[in-house]
Amino acid sequence: MLAPDPAARQPLLRLAGVHTHIGAYHILHGVDLQVARGELAVLLGRNGAGKTTTLRTIMGLWRASSGSIHFDGHDITRLATPAIARAGIAYVPENMAVFSDLTVRENLVLAARNGPPDTARVDWICSFFPALRTFWHRPAGNLSGGQKQMVAIARAMVEPRTLLLVDEPTKGLAPAIVHSLMAAFRELKAQGTTILLVEQNVQVVRALGDTASVMDDGHVVHAGPMAVLAGDAALQQRLLGLSLDPHL
Amino acid sequence: MSIAPVAPPADSQLPAIRRDIAPLLLVPLLMLAMLPLVGNLATWLTLSVAGLAMGMMIFIMASGLTLVFGLMNVINFGHGAFIAAGAFSATLVLLPLRGWLEMDSLTLNLGVLALAIVVAMLVTGLLGWAFERLLIQPVYGQHLKQILVTMGGMIVAEQLIHVVWGAETIAVPLPTALRGAFLLGDAAIDKYRLVAVAIGMVVFVAMYLILNRTKIGLLVRAGVEHGEMVEALGYRIRRLFVMVFAAGASLAGLGGVMWGLYKETLTAAMGGEIMVMLFIVIIIGGLGSVGGCFIGALLIALVANYAGFLAPNVALVSSIVLMVSVLLWRPAGLYATGRG
Amino acid sequence: MLRQLLSGDLPRSRILTALLVAILLGLALAPFLTSGARPLNTAATICVYIVLVASYDLLLGYTGIVSFAHTMFYGIGAYGVGLALARVDEPTWGVAMTGLGLALLLALALALVVGLFALRVQAIFYAMITLAVASSFAVLASQLSDFTGGEDGVTFSVPQVLSPSFVLLDGEVFGRQLDGRLLTYYVVFCGCLLLFLFLLRLVNSPFGRVLQAIRENPFRAEALGYRTMLYRIWANVLAALTASLAGALMALWLRYVGPKTSLGFEVMTDILLIVVIGGMGTMYGAVVGATLFILAQNYLRDWMAHGAAALDGVPVLAAVLHPDRWMLWLGVLFILSIYWFPVGIVGKLRLQAWLAQRSPR
Repeated sequence: MLAPDPAARQPLLRLAGVHTHIGAYHILHGVDLQVARGELAVLLGRNGAGKTTTLRTIMGLWRASSGSIHFDGHDITRLATPAIARAGIAYVPENMAVFSDLTVRENLVLAARNGPPDTARVDWICSFFPALRTFWHRPAGNLSGGQKQMVAIARAMVEPRTLLLVDEPTKGLAPAIVHSLMAAFRELKAQGTTILLVEQNVQVVRALGDTASVMDDGHVVHAGPMAVLAGDAALQQRLLGLSLDPHL
Repeated sequence: MSIAPVAPPADSQLPAIRRDIAPLLLVPLLMLAMLPLVGNLATWLTLSVAGLAMGMMIFIMASGLTLVFGLMNVINFGHGAFIAAGAFSATLVLLPLRGWLEMDSLTLNLGVLALAIVVAMLVTGLLGWAFERLLIQPVYGQHLKQILVTMGGMIVAEQLIHVVWGAETIAVPLPTALRGAFLLGDAAIDKYRLVAVAIGMVVFVAMYLILNRTKIGLLVRAGVEHGEMVEALGYRIRRLFVMVFAAGASLAGLGGVMWGLYKETLTAAMGGEIMVMLFIVIIIGGLGSVGGCFIGALLIALVANYAGFLAPNVALVSSIVLMVSVLLWRPAGLYATGRG
Repeated sequence: MLRQLLSGDLPRSRILTALLVAILLGLALAPFLTSGARPLNTAATICVYIVLVASYDLLLGYTGIVSFAHTMFYGIGAYGVGLALARVDEPTWGVAMTGLGLALLLALALALVVGLFALRVQAIFYAMITLAVASSFAVLASQLSDFTGGEDGVTFSVPQVLSPSFVLLDGEVFGRQLDGRLLTYYVVFCGCLLLFLFLLRLVNSPFGRVLQAIRENPFRAEALGYRTMLYRIWANVLAALTASLAGALMALWLRYVGPKTSLGFEVMTDILLIVVIGGMGTMYGAVVGATLFILAQNYLRDWMAHGAAALDGVPVLAAVLHPDRWMLWLGVLFILSIYWFPVGIVGKLRLQAWLAQRSPR
């Protein structure tokens, strides 16, 4: 995949010098991150590097104590979460946050802000995740982990969104479901949706990512095209302590 | 919301829907179990209707409390203020229109009653809105301060009732057409109690429909589970909070009117007096569960009535015993919502 | 030496120190500074309430537990002494002590039961459960009127030495007769002083520090190896026993016990008001708060009555200043305190002193 030329247009999402404090803990120490329009950017890093905190800060769930976040030309640093969501950002959290008491259908209805979900759109989603159709009227709490993940992603797909923030979607999932997820992401990207993906799964990262940013200790230590990182084994070892080459 | 499901393939294995029916059986089982103990069918009928009526009123009063806790994680120790305020506001209609209430016309009586209820619910809705903005909003997430602040709010509200309406108790006699009882064989069934049961059922059904069939209800149910995710989906949950709080206050006001008419006297402390019982009910039902609250309220009232007849000495502690028994069976209440 | 006595918990503010000294002297010399029964009654009430509220502060301020059962233990202590003395013909110290002992045992048992059952659950649950238990207890006390005297309560005689007819020395000192009432007052005063110092020692001990750690972050405390349940139960028990002792002293003073004065929800409300306005987690907050509150309760109403009379004719204002409405103002003050003086009067004074100390740069 060719990485989009970042100089040609303004990045869709830009974080500059973002610090986040949670209580007494200083988690993000000046994060600089850019995601170009239409690309699938992967955010990598060891556990505890601050990846989830970054996503949550973008989404406004945690307040950035300093720095700025720009989305689509607007400064969203101080906006409240609902406003950020309405600006066109969808969030798929690490714990999925599927509403157990609501049926699959109700979960999607809730996510569809502009009225009932479009039938064609739902059919399209169900083509990736057939289980959703099966469990359509079941409480989401009855679903397995993988199926819940499908619901969580479906919620982000039920209406066109500009940017998707996805936090470790494939964690603990069976390969077949991972495959479906990857297909869905590819489709979304083909439709022009930008995706910022936190992922540890090597296969997914290599196959989908256009650019890779690596975080450590609360800031971004490397950013660049995926090809660069994928081609440099020493760099991979240094930054991540592991290899991105699935054959090693 | 007209998306038809595709029929699942014939050989797929769907996990069985686990429906939690045990709590639903409690009320009928209790009533049946008491029949042989009471002995007399007529007495049993009277006691049961009394218990159901009382239970409905308690449910109406407590429903707001449990919903607010479930959705907002806010505990309102001042809920009694809405009950008293509702009852007293109703007098703004009931006293001037006393004449119509004394006439033996069902339509007139019910009409005045309905008007009084509307007034009471409006006043308490407004009071609830004010309560939320002034007292509750600054202390989200801090249970300790919530308990203290809302108690303070109730003290002030009670005193203000004294100021506005005077310190004495106010007598509110039942409307004439609602006095007395139907005779069913040997059993005397108070007309007013039937009205109470009817109103209670209407409220319960309405709440059920709103929670399960409307988008707002969807938001509330989702918000009870995961308020943060509801916000991340683009909804301003704060506005929802205020609405639900005001609605809960209105319901308490309705309950207050009914409760006041039941006792036929109003005192400023009437809300505070019943708070303990309301807390027991929502603990039994499970903090945040409307269905649990409904069952809990009926259970408490029925047990109190049966105990009052069978063993008056234990009647007082019957509520506590019931609460402990339920908690031993289900430590988070009948229907746990994950909040308590 | 003063440090030792106060267990290292100094006022840390000049104004506060002055207030405390004034209160101490005032209470110690109350019989001689005032005349008549009413001021002495006020003083005795202040002494008892200081201990009652301080013991509640142990629970609320230091351990972070909201309990509505505190008045129940207060009542148990009062009823223990009262009923024992009422049931016998010859009121002696032995009888009083037996009654007290039984009361303390009951308080201990209840505190343990409630603690074991309920302290493992969320704070909200615990608060509501204690409310339910305390209400039931109060209703029970009213209903078992044969035993407890029901709604009206029970009056009784106190041991000879404490009765009004007993005369220690003839003649008056500063206008006070040296009679049994005076002795009773000093029994109450010394008892309360000792209990207060005990509580002060308790919260400044390692035990007290662990309580505060549990209040701040129970998970961390547990992770550090402290069995939080155990500490909470201990705090619950100690607070309950102290409250019972306070109740016993009050019963001795009033020579009467009744549900309204000893078990009513009004007492619980008063305790909450005092502890918040005075300052949670400070102990001295109980001293300052209780003094202000009881004084206001007894004398402010007179002023309000004057005010209401002066404004007679002005519709709303007269009603709002009516002495019966003093709770309204207290409620408002209470709410304001929670927002603006979250640390209460004592906390505010200490904060000001601390800031003043640091300001010259």
